[in-house]
Amino acid sequence: MPNRQRITLQEDLTIYHALEQKGRLLDALNQADEVELDLSQVSEMDTAGLQLLILLKREAQKAGKQAIIVAHSQAVRSVIDFCNLAAYLGDPLVIPAQEAH
Amino acid sequence: MDELTSVFVQESREQLADMEAGLLRLEQDPQDADNINAIFRAAHTIKGASGVIECGFIESFTHKVENILDKLRNGEITVSGNLATLLLECCDHMGHLIDVLEAGQPAPSPEVTAQAEALGVRLDAQLAAASGTEVQQGADAGSVPVEHESPVEVSGGGVVITDGWLISVRFGPNVLRGGMDPLSFLRYLSSLGEILGIETLPDAMPEAEDMDPESCYLGFEIHFQTRASKADIERVFDFVQDECELRILPPNSKLSEYLKHIEELPEDTMRLGEILVRCGALTQAELDEALRLQHDSTCQHQEDSQGEDAHPQQLGEILVEQKVVQKALVDAAVGKQTQVSEKKAKESRMIRVQADKLDQLIDLVGELVIAGASTNLLANRSGQSDLVEATSILSRLVEDIRDSALQLRMVQIGETFNRFQRVVRDVAKELEKNIELQVSGGETELDKSVVEKIGDPLTHLVRNSMDHGIEAAEIRLARGKPAHGTLGLNAYHDSGSIVIEVSDDGGGLKKDRILAKAIEKGLVQSGHNLTDQEIVNLIFEPGFSTMEKVSNLSGRGVGMDVVRRNIMALRGSVEIDSRPGLGTTMRIRLPLTLAIIDGFLVGVDKGAYVIPLDTVVECIELKDQPDSRHYLNLRGEVLPFVRLREAFNIEGDIPPRENVVVVQYAGQKAGIVVDQLMGEFQTVIKPLGNLFKHLKGIGGSTILGSGEVALILDVQALIQRCASADELRMRNSNRLLGATNLN
Repeated sequence: MPNRQRITLQEDLTIYHALEQKGRLLDALNQADEVELDLSQVSEMDTAGLQLLILLKREAQKAGKQAIIVAHSQAVRSVIDFCNLAAYLGDPLVIPAQEAH
Repeated sequence: MDELTSVFVQESREQLADMEAGLLRLEQDPQDADNINAIFRAAHTIKGASGVIECGFIESFTHKVENILDKLRNGEITVSGNLATLLLECCDHMGHLIDVLEAGQPAPSPEVTAQAEALGVRLDAQLAAASGTEVQQGADAGSVPVEHESPVEVSGGGVVITDGWLISVRFGPNVLRGGMDPLSFLRYLSSLGEILGIETLPDAMPEAEDMDPESCYLGFEIHFQTRASKADIERVFDFVQDECELRILPPNSKLSEYLKHIEELPEDTMRLGEILVRCGALTQAELDEALRLQHDSTCQHQEDSQGEDAHPQQLGEILVEQKVVQKALVDAAVGKQTQVSEKKAKESRMIRVQADKLDQLIDLVGELVIAGASTNLLANRSGQSDLVEATSILSRLVEDIRDSALQLRMVQIGETFNRFQRVVRDVAKELEKNIELQVSGGETELDKSVVEKIGDPLTHLVRNSMDHGIEAAEIRLARGKPAHGTLGLNAYHDSGSIVIEVSDDGGGLKKDRILAKAIEKGLVQSGHNLTDQEIVNLIFEPGFSTMEKVSNLSGRGVGMDVVRRNIMALRGSVEIDSRPGLGTTMRIRLPLTLAIIDGFLVGVDKGAYVIPLDTVVECIELKDQPDSRHYLNLRGEVLPFVRLREAFNIEGDIPPRENVVVVQYAGQKAGIVVDQLMGEFQTVIKPLGNLFKHLKGIGGSTILGSGEVALILDVQALIQRCASADELRMRNSNRLLGATNLN
C-alpha cells in the first residue's frame, strides 16, 4: 500500500511563496510515494510557480515516485497551456467546454 | 511606485518627446520614411513597455495610435494637417495617461477616459477613411512575413520552408528577482503576432537541492508568425536584454543558420533539433538534412587536414570559414540591427543619476572649498613654504573638482528650446498667424536647476511675442514685411551670465499706448517725463495690459510681472529692446550657476565683502576725490560710483587710500569704493534667511577660511542704485535751476 500525501496549495504559485512552497513540495515527496497536488485554490501562477511544478515532476520521476497535479485552477491551466507543457507534466487537464477551441 | 514603473515613466516620457519632435518634423516633410518609422517605434516601445508593466489603459490607447501610425508607415494613408494635429493630441493624451500612472492611480479619471474615447473615435474615423481601399491588402498582409531573404548562393543547405520566425530565449537566473516575469514577456510577444508553437525548456534547472526557487531556469523556443520586424521582436525583451540570451531567426532562414542555432544553444543537439521540429520551426526532413550536412563537413574537413594533428572542428568555425555565417547574418538583419545597436551604444555612454545625489555632491564640494580656503589661510600664516606649496596644489585641484562637479549639473538649453517648436506651432494655429521659430545657441549650457525654472517665464514671453508682437499677415504685407513672422530664441554666454533672447520681427512696443494705459491705471502720473526704457519697463508692472481684446493666450495682464518675479528669483534680470516697426527683443540674463562662484574679496573697515569676479573689470586707486562727488573720470569716461561705507552705513575712519572696483553688468559700468582689496576667493553661496529677503544690495553670504562670514554683493542692485542716485541728483539740480529761473 503506497503511502499517499495530498497537498492543497492555498497561496498563489508565485515568486513570493516559491521558497516555502519548494520546501513543502520536496518534503512531501520525500515522505510519501505518491503526492497529489491540489491547485484548485491557486489564482495566480508565474514563472517561478511553473518551475516548481516542473521540478516536482522531475524529482518524482527520478525517485520513481508519483506526483500528480489535480484540479488545476483556471490560472494554472492557462499558463500550462500557454507554455505547451501539458504533455510534459502529463496530468489530465479538465478543459471546460466554453474554453475549448 | 515600484522601480519598474518609474523606469517606464521616465523612458516613456523620453519616447513621447521623440514622438512629438518626429510629428512636428512630419508636418514639414511628410515623405521622410525614416522619420515615420521613428515615430512608430516610439509609440510601439511605449505600448510594449506598458504591456510589460501591465498598465492596460496606456497599452490600449497607444495600440490605437500605433494602428494609425502603421498605416502611415505602410503608405496606406497620407499625412495631412488634421492627422498631424490629431496625433499630437494623442501624444499629449499619452502624456496625461503617464501622469495618471505616475500619480499611482489605478485608472484614469472619467474626464481623461472621455478624452481618450473622443480621440479614439477620431482615430477610428481616420482609419475607416483609409481602410476602404485597403481591404485586400490588409487581408494579405497577415500572412506575409516582413523580411524575405534573397536566395542564397553559398553552400550550407537549402532554405527552410517556413514563414515563421524562430525565437529562442533563455532567461537568466536573476530575471525573477528583478521583478520581471518571463511569462508576461511572452504574453506580450503574443500580442505582436501569433505563436504557432512554443516549447518550454527546463533543462537548465539544477538538482533539487541546488535549485533556487527564486531563480529562473527556463528557456523557450517559439515559432512565431508576425508582421513585426526583428527590432520590434527584440524590443519585447528590452527590459531583460541584459539578463537573457535571445536569438531570433527570421523567416526563411537558411538551414545552416538553424544548424548554427542548434549548435550554439546549451541543450543537447539532438534534443534541440527535436524541439524545433515539435514547435514547427523545422520539418523532420530539414533536420535530417542539417545533421547530415554537419556530419559531412566535419568528415571532409578531417580528410583535408590529414597529417596534421587534426581535431574535429566545431561546426560554427567551419561555417565562419566558409563565410556562410557572416554573409547570412549580415543579410538577415542589416539595417535594423545596426540601428538598434547604435542606439544601445549611445545609451550606454550615458548614466542616469538622481538629481539629489548630484546636489549632495555639490554640497560636499562646497564644504571642500571652504575647508580648503581655511587650510590655505593657515598655511600662509605658518610661513612654511613647503606647506604653502602643497596647499596651493591642493587648492588648484579643489578648484578643478569644483568646476567638474558644476559641469555635471550643466545641461544644454537646446532641449528646452526645442519644446517651443510645439508651443509655437499650436499658438500660431490658434492665432491664425504663420510664424516660424528660429532657434540658435542651443548648445549653450546652464545649470539644470535654472533650466527647470526658466521654462514657464520663457513660455510666457514666447506666447506674448506671438500674440502681441507679430502682426497679422495683412498688416505685415502692408508694412512691406514677409507674410510669415519669425520668432527667434537665442542663447549665449556673457560675462558670467547666460543670456536668453526671445525676439520677434513684429511691430515693436507701442510706447504711447503703454504710457496712456499706465496713466489710466494710475501707475504713473501724467506729466512725468519718462525715458523710453522706463516706459517699456512699465509692462512688467503688476496688472498691466494694453490689449483691448483679452485673448486666450495673453493679455490678461497677469503674466509679465510674474515673469519678472520668477526671473528675479533666479538672481537674473530681464530687459526689453524694442524698435518700432522692426520688432522686440526680450533679453533674460541669468547667473550661470546658483551654487559656487569665483569671488573677489574686498574689505571695508573690519568687514569682508565678496564681489562676483565675473563682473569685475578692473581696480583703480581713488585719489584726491572730494567727498561729495559720486563720479570720477575713468580715461575720459564718466564712471558713477557708490561708497560701500555710505551704502551700508559703516562706521569707522576712512583710510588714507581707498580703492575703486570697476564692475560691469548688463552693459553698464559702475565703481564700488572699498578700503582694501583682498584678492580672489572661491565662494560658496549660502542663501540669506527669509528675514533678509528685502535687503537690497546683498545677494547672499559665504564663509571665509577663517570662519568669518562675508556678504556677497548684488552688483546689479548696486549699479541700479548708482544710476538712480545719479538721476535723483540730476533732477534735484534741475529743480534748483528751475527755482532760480522763477526767481
